[in-house]
Amino acid sequence: MTAHSTLIDRHERRWILISAALLASFAVLIGIAGFALGVQVPTLDRRVDPKKLNEDPMWSKPGVRELVPGRKYEVYLIAQTWQFVPREIVVPAGAKVTFYVTSRDIQHGFKVLDTDLNVQVIPGYVGKLSYTFKEPGEYKFICTEYCGLGHAAMSGVIKVVPPEEYTGSQ
Amino acid sequence: MGEYTLTRSEKRFIGWHLFVAIAALSIGSFYGPMQAFNYAGWNFYPTLRKWHIAQNYYQGLTLHGVLNAVVWTTFFITGFLTFNVIYGLRRPLKYPKLNALGFWMMVVGVLLASYAILANQASVLYTFYPPMKASWIFYLGLVLLVVGSWIEGYGFYFTLYEWKKQNPGVRTPFIAFASVATMVLWQLATLGVAIEALFMLLPWSLGWLEGIDVQVARTFFWWFGHPLVYFWLLPAYISWYGYLPRQAGGKLFSDTMARLAFWLFILLSVPVGFHHQFVDPGVAPAWKYIHALLTLSVVIPSMMTLFTVVASLEYAGIKRGGKGLLGWLAKLPWDDPVVAAQLLAGLLFIFGGIGGVVNASYNTNLILHNTAWVPGHFHLTVSTAVTLTFMGISYWLVPYLTGRELCCRKVALAQVYLWATGMAIFSQAMHSLGLLGAPRRTPLGEAPYVPPEWSGLLLRVGIGGIFLLTSVYMYVWIMAHTAFFGRKAEKPVEVQVAEPMRDVQLTPAWLDSWKPWIAGAVGLILIAYTPVLIDLLSHMVPVDAPKMKLW
Repeated sequence: MTAHSTLIDRHERRWILISAALLASFAVLIGIAGFALGVQVPTLDRRVDPKKLNEDPMWSKPGVRELVPGRKYEVYLIAQTWQFVPREIVVPAGAKVTFYVTSRDIQHGFKVLDTDLNVQVIPGYVGKLSYTFKEPGEYKFICTEYCGLGHAAMSGVIKVVPPEEYTGSQ
Repeated sequence: MGEYTLTRSEKRFIGWHLFVAIAALSIGSFYGPMQAFNYAGWNFYPTLRKWHIAQNYYQGLTLHGVLNAVVWTTFFITGFLTFNVIYGLRRPLKYPKLNALGFWMMVVGVLLASYAILANQASVLYTFYPPMKASWIFYLGLVLLVVGSWIEGYGFYFTLYEWKKQNPGVRTPFIAFASVATMVLWQLATLGVAIEALFMLLPWSLGWLEGIDVQVARTFFWWFGHPLVYFWLLPAYISWYGYLPRQAGGKLFSDTMARLAFWLFILLSVPVGFHHQFVDPGVAPAWKYIHALLTLSVVIPSMMTLFTVVASLEYAGIKRGGKGLLGWLAKLPWDDPVVAAQLLAGLLFIFGGIGGVVNASYNTNLILHNTAWVPGHFHLTVSTAVTLTFMGISYWLVPYLTGRELCCRKVALAQVYLWATGMAIFSQAMHSLGLLGAPRRTPLGEAPYVPPEWSGLLLRVGIGGIFLLTSVYMYVWIMAHTAFFGRKAEKPVEVQVAEPMRDVQLTPAWLDSWKPWIAGAVGLILIAYTPVLIDLLSHMVPVDAPKMKLW
């Protein structure tokens, strides 16, 4: 046997090739899911001075805005110690809801249970993420980043109602 | 390899590292189960407050994270690597005083950081995300810990350089090579957190900066935060490649592939930080996806390690009379605490690896980011694959260093199995809770939104905690008993460094050459981080901490 032929055992070479193929298939699948099917990570909407949220036309009145009735909504949501503003959000089922989330003070997390909505809430940055709630029901959202003593109590609820019963965000 | 013996002062120096490591573990591991018990509804924190042991859950969590994940690991690792460099190269350190300086700096750093946490001035957890602001003493302590470890690393470099000069053309013995490689990885990784601490956190906590950009701080933190886990893991790999085959009765299957795996880890473990930031708003999706691909590439050296370690063990098992496809497995010395610890560590690590692929996979991360899944995952990796291996190592290394016999072998064996069982129960429940949406870093025993359906899993987290609390104090007791009261050994412990199956000199020279690999690693870091950092640094939004105390 020469040194060269035993550099890699042939079984090991096969093993590495299988691993590489597995890896490539993961990369392609998550790429398709993300960039073609739209299962996407949050993006940056804009930067904003957390001290000046009250002076901002959008952030001074956080909550739900109707863009196209029954079809498109946006939610401005502020996380702060130790609550979400607003705590209750009402949207109709089947509408595309875009969330704009920022923090008034320190880092928080915004995660809606039973969905893939999840964003790190960072003061100075507005995270943007979208979701279509297909089924009516109550979806809890919780703070998922440690933010001090009141962290464990920081939560809210999204009420998804049938479109015909939707009378506005309250 | 003939025997080589460390001097008394070398043994004492390494022993000090292990002493600090185990002392930190003995305090930090008290709080971990307290978290688990809170989940199960057995909340001891009011009692701990009465006894002045912890003000609240988060102070306990900070102590657990810092003392276990940072102090236990860093001190055990620097001690073990020092042993490997000296024993592997069969020569003393070039500048023992330099290494001693580094060590004592680390000790001062730990004392400062611990003081700040115990004084309730730094309940910021072990990720210390701004703009929560800890006392400057905490950040200074961390800086000293990191810089001290760098100095110990420089000591290794000088020693290896000297050895290479005296041994031209000779392949660096694996355990020494891999130890220096681990230190190189650490120094590339800690650049990120050093920038965050020195230019942002420390001046800000001293009042010299009014605010800092939180997204920038997170980005520098995770430059460090992920390769940190490889700094924990590689010393366990050194043991799996460099010792375990012999301890199990066999040889290292391939020295070549072992080295190649280490180089690939150096190349690939730093430029991957965005996989901790998939849901951060400030980083563009394309860059997150690129980091996801780089992270997944680590699958290759991991699978190589799996192959080589299993092949080495299979050889050992066959030599012990194992027959058939899996007969070798049963023949391995499962009743030797040193070996059993590492086998169990490796077995549970398979699940840690699979979970890691899920974490790294870009959009699947949306389901689990900041959920209980994540601590479930890293308790299989750092707390089992790494920690259980370190426990196994200390079952031969401490007797070697102290010249005393390992006390109570059977207790040690039970300790190892208890740890693996406890972690399996704990981790499985944590993963499941995470998939249901339970947040991490949260006293779920008190959270008002926890639905009744989670209670069975929360109980299992607590049960896992009972196993682990028992196991860790068995370990501490065995260590203390061995080191201070153990019977003097009649003959010294044999250091079981694994021989490779073929002559090390047949390993190609390019696998023993540092410059191209380090240059490649630096190049990849620059490619993976420069565009994002330029963008972030040119649009900073400085933010200060709230005036009120948050914990």
